[in-house]
Formats: sequence, C-alpha cells, structure tokens
Amino acid sequence: MTDPLVDRSTALSRLRKLGTALTTPLSPDDYLALINPLWSQRELRGRVEKVVPETENAATLVIRPGWGWSFDHAPGQYIGIGVEIDGRFHWRSYSLSSVPLVEGNTVSITVKAMPEGFLSDHLVNGLEPGTIVRLATPQGDFVVPDPPPEKMLMLVGGSGITPIMSILRTLDRRGSLPDVVLAYSARNRDDMMFLDELSELADRADQLTFIPRFTDDEGMMTVEQLDDVCHDWMARETWACGPAPMLDAFSDHYRRLGREDHLHVERFTLAVADSEAGGGTVTFGVGGPTAEVDGATTLLEAGEKAGVNMLFGCRMGICHTCDVPLASGRVRDLRSGAEHGEPGEYIQTCISVAAGDCTLSL
Amino acid sequence: MAFSDVREYTHLTDDEVEAIGRELDEIRAEIEADRGQADRDYVTRIITLQRRLAAAGRITLFASFFPPAWLLGTVMLGSAKILENMEIGHNTMHGQWDWMNDPEIHSSNWEWDTTQPAEQWKHSHNYIHHQFTNVLGHDNDIGYGILRMSRDQKWTPYNLGQPVYNFLLAAFFEYGVALHDLDIEAIRKGKKDPKLLKKQLKQIGDKVGKQAFKDYLMYPALTGPFFLHTLSANFTANIMRNFWSYMIIFCGHFPDGAVHFTEEELEDETRAEWYLRQMLGSANFEGSKFLHVMSGQLGYQIEHHLFPDLPSNRYAAISVKVRDICKRYDIPYTTGPLYKQYGQTLRTIMKLSLPNRRTEDNPAPISPRESRRLRDDERPLRRSELGKWSGASA
Repeated sequence: MTDPLVDRSTALSRLRKLGTALTTPLSPDDYLALINPLWSQRELRGRVEKVVPETENAATLVIRPGWGWSFDHAPGQYIGIGVEIDGRFHWRSYSLSSVPLVEGNTVSITVKAMPEGFLSDHLVNGLEPGTIVRLATPQGDFVVPDPPPEKMLMLVGGSGITPIMSILRTLDRRGSLPDVVLAYSARNRDDMMFLDELSELADRADQLTFIPRFTDDEGMMTVEQLDDVCHDWMARETWACGPAPMLDAFSDHYRRLGREDHLHVERFTLAVADSEAGGGTVTFGVGGPTAEVDGATTLLEAGEKAGVNMLFGCRMGICHTCDVPLASGRVRDLRSGAEHGEPGEYIQTCISVAAGDCTLSL
Repeated sequence: MAFSDVREYTHLTDDEVEAIGRELDEIRAEIEADRGQADRDYVTRIITLQRRLAAAGRITLFASFFPPAWLLGTVMLGSAKILENMEIGHNTMHGQWDWMNDPEIHSSNWEWDTTQPAEQWKHSHNYIHHQFTNVLGHDNDIGYGILRMSRDQKWTPYNLGQPVYNFLLAAFFEYGVALHDLDIEAIRKGKKDPKLLKKQLKQIGDKVGKQAFKDYLMYPALTGPFFLHTLSANFTANIMRNFWSYMIIFCGHFPDGAVHFTEEELEDETRAEWYLRQMLGSANFEGSKFLHVMSGQLGYQIEHHLFPDLPSNRYAAISVKVRDICKRYDIPYTTGPLYKQYGQTLRTIMKLSLPNRRTEDNPAPISPRESRRLRDDERPLRRSELGKWSGASA
C-alpha cells in the first residue's frame, strides 16, 4: 500500500508541518474538519454515499473516504468501519467488495444483517446517506497473487462472498480471470447476494464455473461432496470464506490430504486457541488498578471488568484501536500463541492474555 | 485545623457513612447507564464552538493594529483557551468522554493548549490531587508548593511574601502548573530520581517551546508589520486564561468550610470515607450556566471530586442529589457566589502569610505525630475512576 498523498509530496508535508506549528497541540485537520468532515486524517473517515439493498437483509454501503485513504487495497482485504450509535463508536470489519482504484473515489462493503447483530442491522437498515463513519485501513492476507494461479476453487458460504466478489470483479476487470470454480452456498435464492451479477459473469466468461447451492433445499455442502462439486479440486488453489464450522471442516479435510498449503481461509471471528498462558496479575497503568486474570481472559476484558475505560475497536485483533504499550511482563497473542515481552512494545489488548504478571502503560 | 479522620468532623456512624457511599454509587451507576447521544452532542458542540472561537480570534488579530480588533481578538482567543483548558481539556483528560470510544476525544491522547504536558498533568492532578485530595503532605495542590494554605503547614519567613507569590502564580499560572508534577519538595529534599527529572524537564521544555513558538513568534510574524500588536494580544490572552483558571482552581478547595486532612485519614480509608473526604474537602460556587461552562463545571467541584470521570454536563443535575444527601445527613455543603468564595480564599492567603500566633482563629495545635510520607506501596490503590495517569516510568 502506498502512503497517502501528504506523505508522498514534500511540499504538502512541509505545509502540514507549518500548519501543525500554528494549531499545536491540535492538528490542522481538527480545524479543517469543521469545514468538511472528510478533511481530516487524524482518524480515517468516510461519508456514506449510497446504501444499495442486495437482498432483504443485506446492503452494499458505498463510502467516500476522506483524506489519508489509499484506494489501492488488494482485492479480498477487509476494512474496519466505526459507526456512532447513541454517542459511542462501535467497530466491525467487512471485506471490501469494490475493485481497487476504479470505482471513482469510493469504496464499498456489503453487509448482511445478522439476527443478533445490532451493529450489522444498523448498517443495513439504519444508516442514512451522508452519515460520517470512521474507517480503518484495508488489511488482511486473504488475497490472490498477481498474476493469479491458473486454476482456482472458491468455497463460499453466505456473506463470505464479499471478499470473493472483490477478487472476481478485479480479475474480470483486469482481463486475467483464470479457470475458476465458485461453489457458493446461501439459504435460498432471496438470501443469495450478488446472484444476478455472478450468473451474468458466468454467462459472459467461460473461465468461471458458478455452482450456486441453496441450503434450505440441498443442505450444507460437506467435504465428502467436494469431489462431486469439483472433481479436480486437488489441482486447484482454494480460497474459502464462510461460517466457522464450514471452514473448520474444509481445513481439516485439506490437512488430512496434505493440501493445507493450497487452502486460503478468511475467518471473521476470533478463533481462540487453547491458551497455555498461565494468566497473572495485570496492572493497568503503573501504580494503577490491578486484576487477577486467567490465561483465557483478554487484557481488554480484564481492564473493562476492573473499571478501566480502555479504547477498543474490532475486539478481534485487526484494527489496532486497542493497542497500548507494555510496561513490563509478558503477554501472549491468543491467535498465534506468540509471546511478547519487550518493554514499550505495543500490544493488542483485545487478543492478548497475561503470560504471568504484567503491567500496561495506560 | 486538619482532621485525621473524616468522621471526627461529622457526627456520622459507620453505617451512615457506608449508606452515603451506597447512595453515591447509585448516582454514578445511574449516570453511567444513561450516558448517550445527548452527552456526545454536548461535548462536540463545545469543541466545535471552541475551535471556531480560536480561529476567529486568530483571524481578527490580523487587524491587531486597530485597537477594537485587538481587544475583540484577544478576548476571543483568551476565551477559547479558557474553554479548551477548563471544559474540554481538563475534563477529557479525566476520562469523562472515554466511554464514547472515540480516539479524538479520549484521555489517553488528549493534549491541551497550555504549557504542561498532558501526561504529567494526568499524574499530578488525576492521581495525586484527586486521590489524596486535601491531605497535607500528599496533595501538592494545597498551595502548589508555593503558598501556605493551611494553619497546619509550618510558617517560615518566606511566607511573608505570599501576596506577591500569589499574584505571580495567578499571572503565570500555566507555568506553575507546568512544573507541578516535578514535585519541587522532592527535588529540594534530593529524593527525585534525576533520570525522571530530566525526562520531565525535556517534556515540559518541548511543550513550552511549541506553545511559545505558536503564540509569540508564528502568529505575530504572520501579521507582518503588526508583529508587536499580535504578540501583546496573544500574551494578554494567555494571561487572561491564567488568571481565570487560577481563580477557579483556588475556589475549589480553599474557601472557608473546605477542610484539610492529615495523613492518618488515608489509613484504612473505605470508599465511602473517600467520598466523604471529597465532599468535605471541596467547595462549589454558584453562578449562571455560562459561568459554569467557562469554568469547566468546576463550580460543581464537590460533584467533580465525587465523580471525576462522569461527563461534566451532568454535574448540575448530580448536584441536586448530592445536596439532598448532605441535607439529610447534616453534612456541610460548601458553596457561595464566586466573589465570596474567592474573597475567602484571598483572605486566607493573606492571613497565612503571617505566623499562626499573629492571627486569630488559632485552634489548639494537633499533637505532632510521627509523620512521614507513606511509601508508594503503602498508599491505598488509586480509584479506577480517576482516569489514566502515568507513573514513575512515564
């Protein structure tokens, strides 16, 4: 990803420096945002331009990002979106469904309202065009190399289609769409996002084989059916995105057959490994409140329980809103199991647990 | 005189003190559950107003050669600085707006338009002052290490100059505040870690440099031939802010009725007793809504000390309930008009420049007990609602 314009242009960055000397301790952006809310890169932000219904409970949000945004994300990556509800910012991450660099000055994400997800419901049904939202830069390694592999298989369940859409649209646009088999399941026809666009693309491009599956009638796709759905799957690089049980099942299957290196998976929930971290006494701010925590409670949860107002974003280790420096001690990353113990090192409290006693600088 | 136990001062039983604590906890829980859009709207409105005011002031001062413009620009800029320091900066750094989960209005990274680095303020104020409020030997806000504000503080001939020190402190209050976290007393006694001192001094130096560069060089230079006019306007705006914030802060704990405590009070202090100490040690002042906004709602000092991290726009409503508690339990609730509160403070400053034997209201001295400052690990844990602060490692 390239740097925002200001970082690339020396003239602009000098101007910014001069401006900062005039507005210290604030930044020029704090004043410019009074004129146009998008003229600030202190926190990345965007304006909702359009809310396009996709199905009864899914919609695509077209967002015009403000200053500091780079449009050259890799297809398949996700962004964080922070929305203000009743005075508080709530964050979630969604895959970009737009093609990098071509949709004018906008990006789009497609959101499906989840039954118990108050935020996704708000995004689909409650967001007026014109609303200013906060954004977090595109991230994620669920991407397709350029040039793409010659043969690909895409296993998709439900809203897992969004990163795949971005990948397919980009490949199609670049004219580099290889031999792709797309096995895409949704509950029924009405629930299937992008059905028309995918059908149209499959009609137009011979390389794409589109196999929709409606689980209300046909049931979920199982690993045993893989050979029937795509007989040469062993010869293909696979991208899989969907509900956790589906991803677990296919991951196991690929591993059993020694194909795990050819499977790329995107998960939208934090898969917590069994933690060996012993927990310990966590101190929030030197001399601050302390809490005894076990090896499975994240530092963020522990801090909140101890009454400390901690910044948080996605709560799944992607947006870095919750980062704080470690003053002393060791913590373990719940996802990778990696330990961190450099004093001053920034750690993500939402996915870190105490590995022994530790102190956070707050 | 200073009290070594809050209950010496009141007639309350243990049970009553705990009952008061529970009532106050309930008030807190109620507000916490109710924080929402209206509160966010309040603070963003004030922030927007403040930034517009600052920008308008700076722009007006491009005509600083024209006296009415000089005056108008100065007043706008000074008011903007007051709003920023009092209603926005002070309260944000307390964590009053942390619940919004908005990194642009959050205690962890707010920096204010004055010379003290936010990080040091959060230690000297949020922690030391709010935790050890009015405890002699612990709370450096009792006279800021410069003035003798309690009869229990030892008199020395140095104190004869109090009227002068007081004036200088008021005029250059932002620099007094800037040096506040250095803990002059510790430096004098050679107890200060030189590495920490160096680090803090550098931090202060950087901040002072940026502030001075902005107000005394950049903006005056931008106005070209009117350099000196703009310089004097900016200087005046800063002084205006200094006098105002000094006065508001001194009205918080020094009017008659606000009491001091000795170190013994801290021993085994319960949460409810902490509440009680905050109520007895703080003083409010009365005034219009405008006055309260311009003083960062510190006219509700009692409420602020009970709930330092609840949104400031709620203090007025909270004060109705706190007054009611005080009435029911017959606890003093110190308040009065601003001129009266400051008048009493000023009188105390003048009076205590003389030794106790020269002035009346000389209570029986409390027996000097073996007194030393508690070590950090002997001090009670800070209250979590005091917001974030930095410790010795900062």
